[in-house]
Amino acid sequence: MTNMNLYSRGDKLFVIANMVLIGMFAISTLYPFIYIAALSLSSGFEARAGKVLLTPVSFTIEAYQYVLSDPQFWISYKNTFIYTIGGTLMSLLLIIPGAYALSRPQLFGRRFWNLTVAFTMWFNAGLIPFFLNMRDLGLLDSYFGIIIGFAVNGFNIILLRNFFESVPQSFEEAARMDGANEFQVLWKVYIPLSKPAIATIALFCIVSRWNGFFWAMVLLQDEDKIPLQVFLRHTISNLSDDQEFGATLFNAAYSFETVSAAIIVCSIIPVLIVYPLMQKYFEKGILLGGVKE
Amino acid sequence: MSSLTRTQRIWKHLRREWQLYVMLLPTIVWLVVFLYKPMYGLQVAFKDYSIFRGVAASPWIGFEHFETLFGNDQFIRALRNTVIISFYSLLIGFPVPILLALMFNEVLNQTFKKSAQTIVYLPHFISSVIIAGIVITAFSPSAGVVNTVIGWFGLEPIYFLTKPEWFRPIFIGTGIWQEAGFQSIVYLAAIAGVSPTLYESAVIDGASRWQMMWKVTIPSIMTTIIIMLIIRIGNVLEVSFEMIILLYQPATYETADVVNTFIYRQGIQAGQYDFAAAAGLFNAVVAFVLVMTANSLSKRYSRTSLW
Repeated sequence: MTNMNLYSRGDKLFVIANMVLIGMFAISTLYPFIYIAALSLSSGFEARAGKVLLTPVSFTIEAYQYVLSDPQFWISYKNTFIYTIGGTLMSLLLIIPGAYALSRPQLFGRRFWNLTVAFTMWFNAGLIPFFLNMRDLGLLDSYFGIIIGFAVNGFNIILLRNFFESVPQSFEEAARMDGANEFQVLWKVYIPLSKPAIATIALFCIVSRWNGFFWAMVLLQDEDKIPLQVFLRHTISNLSDDQEFGATLFNAAYSFETVSAAIIVCSIIPVLIVYPLMQKYFEKGILLGGVKE
Repeated sequence: MSSLTRTQRIWKHLRREWQLYVMLLPTIVWLVVFLYKPMYGLQVAFKDYSIFRGVAASPWIGFEHFETLFGNDQFIRALRNTVIISFYSLLIGFPVPILLALMFNEVLNQTFKKSAQTIVYLPHFISSVIIAGIVITAFSPSAGVVNTVIGWFGLEPIYFLTKPEWFRPIFIGTGIWQEAGFQSIVYLAAIAGVSPTLYESAVIDGASRWQMMWKVTIPSIMTTIIIMLIIRIGNVLEVSFEMIILLYQPATYETADVVNTFIYRQGIQAGQYDFAAAAGLFNAVVAFVLVMTANSLSKRYSRTSLW
């Protein structure tokens, strides 16, 4: 909106009230994170007594020492990196060439192949058949199963296909003159031109991999293969269920609450690091998402 | 061209364009192995499934599982909870991102606007395990901040997550807190597309900002609002069950258990795969009909389809 320099007093009041409301919404979004951070740096005793509200009470880093000295924490952190990097690369490897092929007008049966992709967005067999299939494929308890089993989704293919379709033909003509084949055209023309779309898809893959929980919990039994989210979940439910353990923690300088808070902080930090980078892309990504069949 | 037979033409095409099919193949194979094969596997819903015989060799039993299903109080309860939770999420959660977008649009200070947006989009990118961890901590009876505040008013602490009457407000509130900011992006984009000349003529007519919001902005984004509403209604069975698994416990099943959490417990935890698959098939078919109806409605509404 431009040229809004004609303000009545009512307008000014409206603008100020509006800013206050937005500010309140933003603070209420941020507060739970501040609360958790404060909790993670407070002593177990004060945390348990409900004394922590905004800033650490009896500042201590014992909860972090407890978490960081747990080898299981580091194993699950490493696993999350494996699933995130491996899964994202696998997604790009499967999605990019497929989306390119689907965007080519000369592809035989193009409507049929597109429908094959789109149908998976409308109808899903559900949890049980998917689980039984993974088991029959021997992909339970395996790194590869997690990486390959969730690599593709129809929405991302269609998003990228639409982007490829919007690239003007003239861009590839020079490459064609030089006798480039389809792989070379994709690699040298389409991929460089589609960096924003590919980055958007990659970032969404990274986030969903980093945050992935349900299927990792269902498919992985081996403690050495679980990702951070499953480890966090186990810790929170073990600590709250196991009274004896809770009591030993309570006597120390950390408690169940401060330890959970410390793990939460440790797993949010990487997301916060990538977040500014992602912000550049996701608004665009959502808009690319207004796609057609 | 016409002198060639059909087969010869196909061969010629393949020799020229084989690379495209090589590129397409892995994607299609993946879809078949991981999404279409489970659809074939849905037949366990009509079978007496045995792990040892496998999907194909297990004997058919017709609609027996579906009969059991609709006589099962827990399933009926889960179905009811799904609809109730979805309905309230929609009723309370749907207007919030629209309001947020309208409010963001009225902010003139760009730095303030950008910072506020950065903050409210953030929770969307945080995992449900962490969000649930925060909720569990904040609502805990002894240590949680919510009970500390309640204590200031001289009230007894409440163990929120064991109280069935508190589950839905907490779950729905958490969902709005996590997603409303991010969902506002769609409406902000629609607002950005409103022609500036409409505002200019409103200014000439002496309209206040409040009037412009009602007379220009809202009518201009009405199509987007209606399309989003149709999509939401189409996805009414899509309750984020991952969050429910993380927050519910046996004490709150009566208000918290939804179809997908029911399927998870019956199937994956209790091993009644065939029975749970029947519940899943019912869910998938109803969802399919709803989504297709929503898609054709919004197609009629906006000329361009959503997919």
